[in-house]
Amino acid sequence: MNLLLLILIPLFTAIAVLLMRNPQHIKWVALTGATTQFITALWLLLAYQNERAAGNHFQMLFEQRYNLFTSWHISFHLGVDGISTAMILLTAFVVIAGVLVSWKMTKMTKEFYFLLILLSLGAYGFFISLDLFILFFFLEIAVIPKYLLIGIWGSGNKEYSANKLALMLMGGSALVLVGLLGLYFNSPERTFDLIRLSEIGISTETQKICFPLLFIGFGVFTALFPFHTWVPDGHSSAPTAGSMFLAGISMKLGGYGCLRVATYLMPAGAKEYANIIIVLSSIAILYGAFTTLMQKDLKYMNAYSSVSHCGFVLLGISMLTKTSMTGAVMQMISHGLMTALFFAVIGMIYERTHTRQINEMSGLLKVMPFISTIFFIVGFCSLGLPGLSGFVAEMTIFMGSWEHPDAFHRIATIVACLSIVVTAVYILRAIGKTAMGPLKEGYANLTDASWNEKLAAVILVAGIIAIGCAPFWLNNLVGPDTQLIMQKILLTQ
Amino acid sequence: MNEMLIIMKSELLITIIIFLLLFIKLGKGMTNDSLLILVQFLMLLNFIAGFFFNLPGNLFDGMYHTGPLIAFQKNILNLGVYLISLLFADWFRKSEHLTEFFILLLSALLGMFLMISSGNLLMFFLSLELATIPVAALANFDLDKKKSSEAAMKFILSSAFSSGILLFGISMVYGATGTLSFELLPAQLNGNPLQVLAFVFLFAAFAFKLSIVPFHLWTADVYEGSPVAVTAFLSVISKGSVSFIFLTALYKVFQPMNELWYNMVMILSIATMITGNLFALRQQNIKRFLAFSSIAQLGFILVGISSNALEGTSSVVYFVLIYVFSNLAAFGVTSVISSRVGKENIDEYRGLYQTNPFLCWVMALALFSLAGIPPTAGFFGKLFLLTAGASKANYTFIIIAALNMILSLYYYLKVIRAMFMEKNEKPIEKIRLYPSVKLGMVICAIGIILTGLLSWVFDYIQSLH
Repeated sequence: MNLLLLILIPLFTAIAVLLMRNPQHIKWVALTGATTQFITALWLLLAYQNERAAGNHFQMLFEQRYNLFTSWHISFHLGVDGISTAMILLTAFVVIAGVLVSWKMTKMTKEFYFLLILLSLGAYGFFISLDLFILFFFLEIAVIPKYLLIGIWGSGNKEYSANKLALMLMGGSALVLVGLLGLYFNSPERTFDLIRLSEIGISTETQKICFPLLFIGFGVFTALFPFHTWVPDGHSSAPTAGSMFLAGISMKLGGYGCLRVATYLMPAGAKEYANIIIVLSSIAILYGAFTTLMQKDLKYMNAYSSVSHCGFVLLGISMLTKTSMTGAVMQMISHGLMTALFFAVIGMIYERTHTRQINEMSGLLKVMPFISTIFFIVGFCSLGLPGLSGFVAEMTIFMGSWEHPDAFHRIATIVACLSIVVTAVYILRAIGKTAMGPLKEGYANLTDASWNEKLAAVILVAGIIAIGCAPFWLNNLVGPDTQLIMQKILLTQ
Repeated sequence: MNEMLIIMKSELLITIIIFLLLFIKLGKGMTNDSLLILVQFLMLLNFIAGFFFNLPGNLFDGMYHTGPLIAFQKNILNLGVYLISLLFADWFRKSEHLTEFFILLLSALLGMFLMISSGNLLMFFLSLELATIPVAALANFDLDKKKSSEAAMKFILSSAFSSGILLFGISMVYGATGTLSFELLPAQLNGNPLQVLAFVFLFAAFAFKLSIVPFHLWTADVYEGSPVAVTAFLSVISKGSVSFIFLTALYKVFQPMNELWYNMVMILSIATMITGNLFALRQQNIKRFLAFSSIAQLGFILVGISSNALEGTSSVVYFVLIYVFSNLAAFGVTSVISSRVGKENIDEYRGLYQTNPFLCWVMALALFSLAGIPPTAGFFGKLFLLTAGASKANYTFIIIAALNMILSLYYYLKVIRAMFMEKNEKPIEKIRLYPSVKLGMVICAIGIILTGLLSWVFDYIQSLH
């Protein structure tokens, strides 16, 4: 398995899209690229599991290294472990669904698909890079596509949202950058290599300075309270595929960074600041849930619930137990699939009814049985129905958190649990209002999902159910690597 | 004798071109179109020639010295002038005295070459004057515009003032140490008050030329009044050359006063970045906007300069190379629009993407590169400046610099938003570009993308040190 494939396929797809003229061809090229990437990601999963089954105990598999900028000791170092394999799989799922959902895009098709693919390129690169400089490069590469996608194809107050998103994420990256430079200059040897840095260790003083910089920096990406304000505006202004990518992939970059860079490299720092983060993420979970309760717009509703759900990711990481971290990774995957599907469904409904206001719709189940069914499934996943991925992930986090016997952690866990009740309220209300009830006038001629929309939904639902019904494979995939991170934390005093 | 010809070959080539143009002017003259093609061709040859026979050497008792790094720096400037000759064809064709324009431009370039190569403060002063006075004449080249004359007047007055300060500083250096040679000076520097005062004067003169805050006040007016080609020359080539010699002055000559100048560079860098960015936020005229943004970029260059010799030099030279591509591309688009439709306001750029997608993408690439966002080269340039600056482990400084990147992103996005997102009933109509302009823009775009991604460019620059 050559990891370069994961970067090269989107790159060539993007170039091919640029060279095409006919919008119809562009769509097919983009879909072909996304499908190839999807197959490659599945292949990666198989190859990874085969290697592990064959007893390969290296921390990172399929490593490759090319020297870049030798004078700064930067190398293009690639490799995957269980966590990154899972994240790549998630990205592939969301990308193919995103391409399918935006099949009817007519405004500047070429630019749209080019930017989408560039965005996915950034995510793939981010998850496979083991050199912090390259990682940062891929983190930042997505800024242009995000900004333009929202600003050009968005709706509502799109210029404002695009600006807010770009500036806040840039602020996050600035903190990440300073943190990375701190690591680079304060480690015994000047290197950006993740594995090397974790081997040689970083002094406790440096960790105390750099951990908050890196964690808050990455935290901005994953809606760490109080830096979450870009999420609602950005997500609700973006076009459907843009919201899917933002919530499904982009926010996960932050979570992955918090885990892989901040916590893994700086266990002492993580211990030092864990309590503060627990407080912040508990606030995000509860605050996000209650704010969602007040939303009347479906997209805003899902965006605020993303704040709440991503709070679980950070909570899981900062609880610092093996189970809770595994849960955090599962929550990233689960939330990525779920929220992408949610945005896709909202996009489908909006395309037909031309409204996103919950109060203005009713009885959709009668004319759009397929879309409404998907809406039910994704809603139930969001509120944590057993058998779907949301339950598995959140349950694992709670189990992990409960391992701490002291009152502080217990209270935080209970507070986080409370949000599930609130989630049930807003989800059931939204579904009930829109799908059930008498059919609204003028809705009789609305059509159900087309083939591309059905395909996109089925792919994502398959992912959600696969995790929900058989969580052990994800657990086995991710578990050994969270165990490694935990070991480092246990070793520090 | 032969050796001298080879060592000074970049200067001699420029001199030959200047004489050639002079003869053309004295003879029958040429039409603007053919002259432009000739100049473009000659500048291309000159740029290519810059890669060969770069011997290190000293001439005239150390007054003049050169080496691989200096040759590379000169070639960056050559590339810039070549791009200028391509990009501003719209304005050149309309210009009445094109031959004189290029003669003056190349004289200034010659001055810059000698300045980069100078090994003595006296030589430095003379070549700096040669690099400055022709530019004042150039700034006046929009002969029918009052603002252009105003710009020239402001430029020559402020230059004269800074030259006075520089000379005063040089005379004090001579009084305090008894020598003006770059080689001998470091040994004589012991940090006594007179030397410190002399250094402060020299530093102020440099700050004037680089338009570092608080010596930046002339910049915006001069940039706005001058023809765009001259503004581009001033903000890219002139700033680049002065920062090159600034590197030599700080790292080689005044290295014994390192602690003193580190603090000065740091404070002025912070002031420059913040002032440049804050003023750029409010500009409506795109030339003034680029002027203030280039002040902020200079602040960034100072971040790199605050580092040590090896990393500072290579990251600054690398950044200037990228800056040549990005800023010239931005000015190129500005020039096309301002000389074809006479519009210079950011608001008037609204809806440009519907009519001129190519111009918009070039502008967007240039602005993203200036803002330091990947995959453009500006990302690597800014990052390496920051990395170099961080080697002194002064985190407050680096955090301020990194936060300034957000501020600058805000106003660069303003232009991009106007072009791509905002609606306009009557956008600027479709512009058919001259082939040379298009070529220039394509070169810039390729440079913006590839200079960063091809990592050996940086390694090569570092190997020259």
